[in-house]
Amino acid sequence: MRWLRRNLVTVLGLLTLAYLLLPNVVVTVFSFNNPSGRFNYAWQEFSLDAWKDPCGVADLCGSLALSLQIALWATLGATLLGAAIAFALVRYRFRARGAVNSLIFMPMAMPEIVMAASLLALFLNMGVELGFWTILIAHVMFCLSFVVAAVKARVLSMDPRLEEAARDLYASPVQTFLRVTLPIAAPGIAAGALLSFALSFDDFIITNFNSGNTVTFPMFVWGSAQRGTPVQINVIGTAMFVIAVLVVLAAQIVGNRRKKAQPK
Amino acid sequence: MTDKTAGGDVRLAGISKHYGTFTAVHPLDLTIPQGSFFALLGASGCGKTTTLRMIAGLEEPSTGTVHLGDRDVTQLPPYKRPVNTVFQSYALFPHLSIFENVAFGLRRRGIKSVKKQVEDMLELVELGQFAQRKPHQLSGGQQQRVAVARALINHPQVLLLDEPLGALDLKLRRQMQLELKRIQTEVGITFVHVTHDQEEAMTMADTVAVMNGGRVEQLGAPAELYENPRTTFVANFLGTSNLIEAEVLEAGGDDVTVASAGTKLRLPRARCSTAPKAGGRLLVGVRPEKISLVPAAEEGSVAAGRNKVPGRIADSSFIGVSTQFVVDSPVCPELEVYVQNIERDDRLVPGAEVVLHWNPEHTFGLDAAQDIDAGVETVEEGA
Repeated sequence: MRWLRRNLVTVLGLLTLAYLLLPNVVVTVFSFNNPSGRFNYAWQEFSLDAWKDPCGVADLCGSLALSLQIALWATLGATLLGAAIAFALVRYRFRARGAVNSLIFMPMAMPEIVMAASLLALFLNMGVELGFWTILIAHVMFCLSFVVAAVKARVLSMDPRLEEAARDLYASPVQTFLRVTLPIAAPGIAAGALLSFALSFDDFIITNFNSGNTVTFPMFVWGSAQRGTPVQINVIGTAMFVIAVLVVLAAQIVGNRRKKAQPK
Repeated sequence: MTDKTAGGDVRLAGISKHYGTFTAVHPLDLTIPQGSFFALLGASGCGKTTTLRMIAGLEEPSTGTVHLGDRDVTQLPPYKRPVNTVFQSYALFPHLSIFENVAFGLRRRGIKSVKKQVEDMLELVELGQFAQRKPHQLSGGQQQRVAVARALINHPQVLLLDEPLGALDLKLRRQMQLELKRIQTEVGITFVHVTHDQEEAMTMADTVAVMNGGRVEQLGAPAELYENPRTTFVANFLGTSNLIEAEVLEAGGDDVTVASAGTKLRLPRARCSTAPKAGGRLLVGVRPEKISLVPAAEEGSVAAGRNKVPGRIADSSFIGVSTQFVVDSPVCPELEVYVQNIERDDRLVPGAEVVLHWNPEHTFGLDAAQDIDAGVETVEEGA
């Protein structure tokens, strides 16, 4: 009893972690399955077949490549535009600044399905052909508000005297921006970019409405779930999870090394 | 190392700053001699920081010009002025090491070999072994020294210091005051120091300009300002003054005779900031440490010719080197008296009847038309 009382926080923490990770474990385990029918829902036997041939299912790797491509471009576009908007909102007083400030967060607040439908109506009315470009435009739009939120928080907390100090120390406005403002805002920009990538990569609702005949990875998974789920989907899912975990671990190790390298 | 080439003075001519309808600085003329340690002293909101920022170029004056030597720099942006600033919150670049912080100004001017200079500068402020650390790993006092080094390494014509010691605790502040004074003497650069701390201004500066409400109230050497304040604001803001309202009886000779509540007092005519006229009014001032106290029974022992005022001790506080008395007197309630604890007289306790006396030479006269309490409540902590 006493042991429980003393370790209650740890136990609760581990339970929460298990709750979060259990779905991932199932995905991973079933990536080694050799299902008997079309559906990968019941464990049959251990097999490495799917891992040896991840692109073995028609269109899977094509849709994956397309999703990665869209995610990269959407991240780039949203990060550039979003960071610029965030700087403008914090630094300058202009007409309709208040309106822009609240409108920019509309995509975050609006139900995604509504946005998807209205975007489709807009594209159809303008006579735009649905496909890669409409998906990209839609993704940049909804990623934008997340980048603005992340960068704005960072720029707001920045001491304006730092830029004054730079100007006082012979840095021209361009040098001040490159040497002081940008490096200090970088963590916010990076956070916004990572968020954009993740959001764009697994977006389904908006993409589904505005893609025409183009099939992204989430759409492929959705489509195959109706006809039967190939094990390869679990393989891709597991691989992405592992890559994400490795990236986080690497960042932590580098961070710790840096801290240790500095003498206390 | 003191290089006093002529014409390196900072000259402000008719400089002012408005924000909308609010006037932060009224048109101001000021000459800061090359190589001097100059302090702008005043309470928060008196325009001292705005004046400093106009010299730095971070604030554009509404009217007037800024000259460095013979050069008009009014239109130059801050990065083209040979002036550097030590900011109130230090404003060290958090993403750069101490070394890179100090090297920043040199690198921006395209100087390639900075290692030797930066190391020498870090030695000057005794931070040589901290070069590779980040600012947040240093204490407040160390950060402050980095900020000074980062500015000084550029050999500016003028170094501006905006309340640089405000964030430090009292002991460290004293230490840094001496340190800054030493550095200034060593490098011989003009220092313009903004502060609300009158002791700090008097300890460090050769010349102090007391500012109030966007104007320079009085300018001079610290001792001169302290001994001969010309306004009640300066008298109260710099240290403590006892100000007694009095009527002028006689103003003919070298001495002026005044009366307050039936007590006659004398003061030198030369120490009056306005010309006293018989029958007019005058504020008579005397500093608390110039006054001596004796029990009323020993009034006879007071030498003739001294100013004498009766009173009763209302309060006394012992602070080690001295005892501070508050004395209620018919001429003025709550006169402050500081007595050195050389021989402590145990009859001087609250409630005791006493006689206050001081040398008439130590008395100054101010125009009675001013607010007698100006500058009293404004002495507070804050930017």
